[in-house]
Amino acid sequence: MLDDFLTRAALAGIGLSLATGPLGSFVVWRRMAYFGDATAHAAILGVALALAGEVPVALGTLVVALAMAATVATLAARGWAMDTSLGVLAHSALAFGLVAVSFVPGARTDLSAWLFGDILAVSRADLGVVWGGSALVVALLAWRWQRLLTATVNEDLAHASGLNPDRERLALVLALALVVAAAIKVVGALLIAAMLIVPAAAARGLARSPEAMAVLATLIGAGAALGGLALSLWQDTPAGPSIVAAAAIFFILAALIGRMRQG
Amino acid sequence: MSLLAAERLSVRFGGADVLDDVSLRIDRGEIVTLIGPNGSGKSTLLRALLGILPAAAGRVVRAPGLRIGYVPQRLQIDRTMPMTARRFLSLPRWQPRRATEAALLRAGVPEVADRQMTGLSGGQLQRVLLARALLSRPDLLILDEPTQGLDQPGEAAFYRLIEDLRRDTGTAVLMVSHDLHVVMAASDRVICLNGHICCEGTPRVVSNAPEYRALFGLGTQGALALYQHRHDHDHGHDRAGRHGHDPSAAAEPARARDHA
Repeated sequence: MLDDFLTRAALAGIGLSLATGPLGSFVVWRRMAYFGDATAHAAILGVALALAGEVPVALGTLVVALAMAATVATLAARGWAMDTSLGVLAHSALAFGLVAVSFVPGARTDLSAWLFGDILAVSRADLGVVWGGSALVVALLAWRWQRLLTATVNEDLAHASGLNPDRERLALVLALALVVAAAIKVVGALLIAAMLIVPAAAARGLARSPEAMAVLATLIGAGAALGGLALSLWQDTPAGPSIVAAAAIFFILAALIGRMRQG
Repeated sequence: MSLLAAERLSVRFGGADVLDDVSLRIDRGEIVTLIGPNGSGKSTLLRALLGILPAAAGRVVRAPGLRIGYVPQRLQIDRTMPMTARRFLSLPRWQPRRATEAALLRAGVPEVADRQMTGLSGGQLQRVLLARALLSRPDLLILDEPTQGLDQPGEAAFYRLIEDLRRDTGTAVLMVSHDLHVVMAASDRVICLNGHICCEGTPRVVSNAPEYRALFGLGTQGALALYQHRHDHDHGHDRAGRHGHDPSAAAEPARARDHA
């Protein structure tokens, strides 16, 4: 069954949604959307370094994404505005990544695959990376779920309950780096942030609890992956963007349903 | 032994002292109110007592095993986060349904259990926060301006509830307020703060203290005579050398009125 490229693509999309659903919910709640974006852009530099150093791409992206997060945290502690330092770092990392990729023989031609993903070319090994990364993220979030939620609701409240909000933020950053590393092959650096945010935003209007929102975001993400692949097959559209477009349509539908319920 | 004590506590932000040499203690079952003008360091003191802010000097001593229930000044749950009141009470520890219902009932808002937090009124939200604090069966409730944004009847009802809770559970209460009359009636002890402790004592003692009257500009009401023989507001217990920025600017109009 895994021999069929379409089956592998569908499984990769579903596996990714398992992580982006709950993690994307946190990204939305904590207004970290731009942070997710920046981490994903920086991942291109990781791709270039990994290709040059002949180490696994997932490892390269993971390391660079974590370095990026650490740098942003350091700059924020020194009083730099978050969006400014993210903007500087994200675009520089992306630019350096694109420049660096051009030095790697043979890599230049499929640069667009790293930017936009190539879900139809997902191999069995890639599938293992996606599901492995997703499983790690889901396990991390499930383990710390209550603490993460408390710290997200109010940091003082978390502190007074004996929790350390900084540690929870770190857990989310780590999860974000893991997702980027796992997903870059599937949806590409430019669309990862969309897969985090759009399904979670669509789920918001339909959910009454944080848990319901996380589960709904996962279902919408998986639905978007399948819908996007179907569109890609039927109309021969690029797969990665088709998936995000499908997620956006889900978002509009959810907004309409939410509005009808209220009115 | 006290439940909670600050010993010569100082807290600094960016090189400036927000709190300087503050010592206080909270004993079992008493209601202590912290009053002071805006920017006097009330919330900072609470946050230092809770361990959220580090002490630049001095220390905070907690009784072993002390359970604190904390009600923050404002809780703004992001509108993107769906959260019912009942679910909120189960943070960070899951609570049985019976316990959350009982806590909401005790706080006087049993009807909001399944409402979204973002849709609650200010008074309902404060009571849900109080209900959550009660779930840990606290020895000490710490409330930061709990009646901010409530109308006067709502405020009075909230303080009655606090007194009832103290009577029924024996919990001590430390709360911050900037409104004076209602809150002082409900307190055993009042601490008047303006970067340092200006005066403290029973509500009657504090409301007659010149430091208090200078800070809050109440000099022309009631016990005017008490004030008039103290022409110099010099914080008699202060150490020398602190008078540069003290008394605060807020104190000036009050004095001017008194001498007129």
